[in-house]
Amino acid sequence: MEEYILSTSREIYGLYPHVHVWGFPISAYLFLGGLAAGILLFATIYYLNGKEDDMPFTVKIAPIFTFGLVMVGLVLLLYDLHHVLYSWQLFTTFRIESPMSWGAWTLIVVSIFSLLWPLSYIDDIEAYLHERGWKRLDGITKFIRNVEHKWLLPRFIILTFRKYRKVAAYLMLFSSIILGIYTGILLSAFNAHPLWNNSILGPLFLVSGISTGSAFVMWLSNNHKERALMSKIDIALIAVELFFIIHMIMGMQAGTEAYRQAAHLFLGGEYTVIFWVVFVGFGLVLPFILEALELKGFKVHPALPALLVLLGGLLFRIIMVNAGQISEFPI
Amino acid sequence: MRYGMAIEVNKCVGCADCVVACQTENNVPIGYSRDWIMEKVTGKYPNLDLHFESQRCNHCIDTPCVRTCPTGASFVSDGGIVRVTHDECIGCGACIEACPYDARYFHPDGYVDKCTFCEHRVTEGLNPACVSVCPTDCMHFGDLDDPESAISKLIAARENFTILPEAGTAPQIFYLK
Repeated sequence: MEEYILSTSREIYGLYPHVHVWGFPISAYLFLGGLAAGILLFATIYYLNGKEDDMPFTVKIAPIFTFGLVMVGLVLLLYDLHHVLYSWQLFTTFRIESPMSWGAWTLIVVSIFSLLWPLSYIDDIEAYLHERGWKRLDGITKFIRNVEHKWLLPRFIILTFRKYRKVAAYLMLFSSIILGIYTGILLSAFNAHPLWNNSILGPLFLVSGISTGSAFVMWLSNNHKERALMSKIDIALIAVELFFIIHMIMGMQAGTEAYRQAAHLFLGGEYTVIFWVVFVGFGLVLPFILEALELKGFKVHPALPALLVLLGGLLFRIIMVNAGQISEFPI
Repeated sequence: MRYGMAIEVNKCVGCADCVVACQTENNVPIGYSRDWIMEKVTGKYPNLDLHFESQRCNHCIDTPCVRTCPTGASFVSDGGIVRVTHDECIGCGACIEACPYDARYFHPDGYVDKCTFCEHRVTEGLNPACVSVCPTDCMHFGDLDDPESAISKLIAARENFTILPEAGTAPQIFYLK
């Protein structure tokens, strides 16, 4: 028998009965980061493959959303800080060993790219909107054009970006992969929490982020070819994700007692049902089947599998953030 | 110079005087504590073994908390004392997640707070508050780098263990059996 009893009172906020200092804002922040990374990844890959006119939504339109997604993520991150008035210090230092520092700086780099990328496509975006009869947004595009014509610096930046778009695309591809992997590394860097502390988590979060990105394009694109292609890609990504999940749990099961206990949270423990039934069942397997059926010619509402993947991605991060904090070593 | 602590678990009665002394000395907010008592029962009935451990930050050599801090607010001070600069802490909680010993917490003012080994006392040659009040004299504090110090001799002479050595942090608080 081994029984450890805390005999002095230590019911401290965030520590009792187990560490819980990261909640929904961090889960949502990781989700938004992964989603933005996925969208930008597809935009740059298809641009670099010369598909910018075949896949207009993926390359030109979807990245418009990433700036908003990244900004909401950044606001959530700052909201979660407990000493928020001192938060500017996140951006006066860079610490190479701290995943949190990497994340803060990557978000800044990605947000700059995700702002400049759509601005450099302003003509195409306007044409795209007119094609669909969305003239209400003309005010915004006109305003951007005015700024571009009147002020020298914005004009210079946008023209330079347009000129060197290929270089920018490579940099954006690189930074979006860093962002996608970082959302997993942020958790896996903590060896105090066995559930997080595995090397599959980084790639798993990256694949899940890319999958939500493809679901996002699939959901909002009007182009049938684009949607079908994204659907195919998403099927492959979900398969990879399932493989990684099984692999992660197998790895923990083959580990020491602390890792086996971490795996037990999903294998009979308190997160079993929500993980396997709700996340894996409704967030991965069901959209996988629906997308496969759609490709076979069955009529499936395109938003359904996409929303399931998106909600599944968010739920996955909520589960990992919460369950990981329960998984601790006995002191 | 490397500060460390040796605690004789067979002498400890779990009175929690160390906990109260720390709260008073360091003005720890009510309801919070930088150190705590863990009661450990092991064995199989009727051969049970019970001992108390006075636990706190282990002022590790390999510090996951300092490594994960994004601003450098967490740092290793002279003598290996792990500390937090309150004005540089943004309250992100990464160090709390990184510590396998749950030694850190959010102070009600927002920054992260923890045991300082009573740096203000030990730099003047005094013992930390917890050590100085222990009624059974089971806690010893001193320089681990000096092989002639009383604490180094105690650790060398007695069988000892640290908490969670498998976490790879090289804790500097030794429990003497």
